[in-house]
Amino acid sequence: MSRLSEERVATAKEIIGRFPRKKSALIPLLHLAQEQDGYVAQDAMVHIAELLDLAPAEVYGTASFYEMFKFHPVGKYCINICTNISCQLVGAWNLLHHAEERLGIKSGGTTQDGLFTIEDVECIAACTEAPALQVNYRYRYKVTPESFDALINDLESGKLTGEVPPHGTLASVRQTTTAAWSNRGVEEQAQVDAR
Amino acid sequence: MSVPSGPRIITSRFDVADGHTYAGYVRTGGYVSLRKAVSSMTPQQVHDEVKAAEIQGRGGAGFPAGTKWGFLPAGVHPRYLVINGDESEPGTYKDRLLMERDPHQLIEGIVIACYALNASQAFLYVRGEMAHAQERLAQALNEAYANNMVGRNICGSDFSVDITLTWGAGAYIVGEETALIESLEGERGMPRLKPPFFPAVKGLYMQPTIVNNVETLANVPYIVGKGGGDFKSIGAPTSTGMRMFAVSGHVNKPGVFEVPNGVTTFRMLFEAPEYCGGIRNGGSIKAFIPGGASAMWFFPEHLDMALDKPTVDKAGSMLGSGAIVAMDQTTDMVAACWRIVRFFARESCGKCTPCREGTTWLERVLKRMLDGHGRPEDIDLLFEVSESISPGIAWPPRQTTICPLGPSAVSPIASAVRRFRHEFEHYIEHRRPIDGVESPFATHLASHA
Repeated sequence: MSRLSEERVATAKEIIGRFPRKKSALIPLLHLAQEQDGYVAQDAMVHIAELLDLAPAEVYGTASFYEMFKFHPVGKYCINICTNISCQLVGAWNLLHHAEERLGIKSGGTTQDGLFTIEDVECIAACTEAPALQVNYRYRYKVTPESFDALINDLESGKLTGEVPPHGTLASVRQTTTAAWSNRGVEEQAQVDAR
Repeated sequence: MSVPSGPRIITSRFDVADGHTYAGYVRTGGYVSLRKAVSSMTPQQVHDEVKAAEIQGRGGAGFPAGTKWGFLPAGVHPRYLVINGDESEPGTYKDRLLMERDPHQLIEGIVIACYALNASQAFLYVRGEMAHAQERLAQALNEAYANNMVGRNICGSDFSVDITLTWGAGAYIVGEETALIESLEGERGMPRLKPPFFPAVKGLYMQPTIVNNVETLANVPYIVGKGGGDFKSIGAPTSTGMRMFAVSGHVNKPGVFEVPNGVTTFRMLFEAPEYCGGIRNGGSIKAFIPGGASAMWFFPEHLDMALDKPTVDKAGSMLGSGAIVAMDQTTDMVAACWRIVRFFARESCGKCTPCREGTTWLERVLKRMLDGHGRPEDIDLLFEVSESISPGIAWPPRQTTICPLGPSAVSPIASAVRRFRHEFEHYIEHRRPIDGVESPFATHLASHA
């Protein structure tokens, strides 16, 4: 929908500063856009292209490769149910089926009120806690139909607002650029010889 | 059943409530090795300890880390260290724990490695979906900077280095080191051809680059602190140190365990009370995956094999990323095979035709069997397509592709169809699994009927 806000442009510039080449900041910047709007908007991609001296097509070219980036609005809560082998072995498909029934949508769909999207996803590295899911990339372990319903109720009632930010927000803490930043290590052979 | 024991090396702080904070880390012996390295050792001496430890890379290939470090061409600078935190091999669950619960241990390992490698900068690439790990690492990095463990004149020495925390956006293939480098350069995560693009020679920004796995580097503080010889004395001579294994599937107590490498057996992990405590419902093992979805499957006759790299390699599979998945006698092998193949079909980057087309074909053929539309010729077709992706269908797999992703999709076919061919034939003939196994889709497919 929109270009990056002033505050996010400042964050973007800090991120760009941590790489020897600007384009390396592309994926983190796309996440910033998704954090702002819940998805990666076209105007945001044009803005990112300006910030990185790229063509908008180059931005989209990279962005479209990656599963996490959405190019149209999705639910405020994106529920990713793992159905890979460890989860399949202990009932993941039954869980997905239950989720589809409970929310009245199929995997990949979004509820009419714009609150929930569900997806069946690949391994999320919680195999010993199967079946597992993520809601906006926050884990829930050993999920049962009952605990799934409780999760939906809690999300609907706003009980988890602090714990589960809207779709698009990943880490709530960022690496900060300190005054001591830009400490290149060894850059040339003379420095190695001096050791 | 008695099991071999060893020191907890990298999981030692998992029970420490504040083990992820700077204060908790330092209180439990953290950053001592870094101080020792930069104040009293040369980079070469640090490298020599890692070489002496003979630690095998924990990302999947199991290549000795010390040897890998030695591949950097002399006199070519700048050079980089890239940390692979893109854990996504199905069944694998250990790097995320290391990043979430002991982020400073990883940071200390990274800084020591940078010192040994004369690196210019380190890039810590975390899987996009791991929000909590990103958070913990960001917090830890900020603390480490504030306490002079990263950044300028580390621990008062003349050594400086920065660590850039960055992350992906959902693509299994980015776990492949050259694809990770592409992603880190802001590109689509497609692997590069080797040669010429061996990362140690032409890596990030075409400069020499070492790509190490999270668990590998998390071991470095211990190796430098206690010495490579100490590390090597743990486990087996052919598989040194302690190692993390995630055991999931049909066991009573799935879990992630740090066990002596090379001497612990699969049976111990499945049955010992201190590990998984047996197969669920008193059942028995039908098959198990010893090292992630890419590995060939093992069967009951392999249970007493030690988790030792050369032993497992010789038996025709791999320990890979330490992902062990147990399947009991009720497992629908056609469905299990299909699910793993679907993973590779979904995650193929599309660069090489045999993989892009082949994995998709394999998935479709298996899916139609499950859906009750299998054809008598389908089993032969599975092998024919597999041959095109990986000629000979052998282990280690031969490749017609740039990276091993495509050939990995052949492993579940070769394993499941060869061993349980009657289950596939039964599906084709009777449109349902054999008696005594449970279809994982009982409810799901019924709703679409």
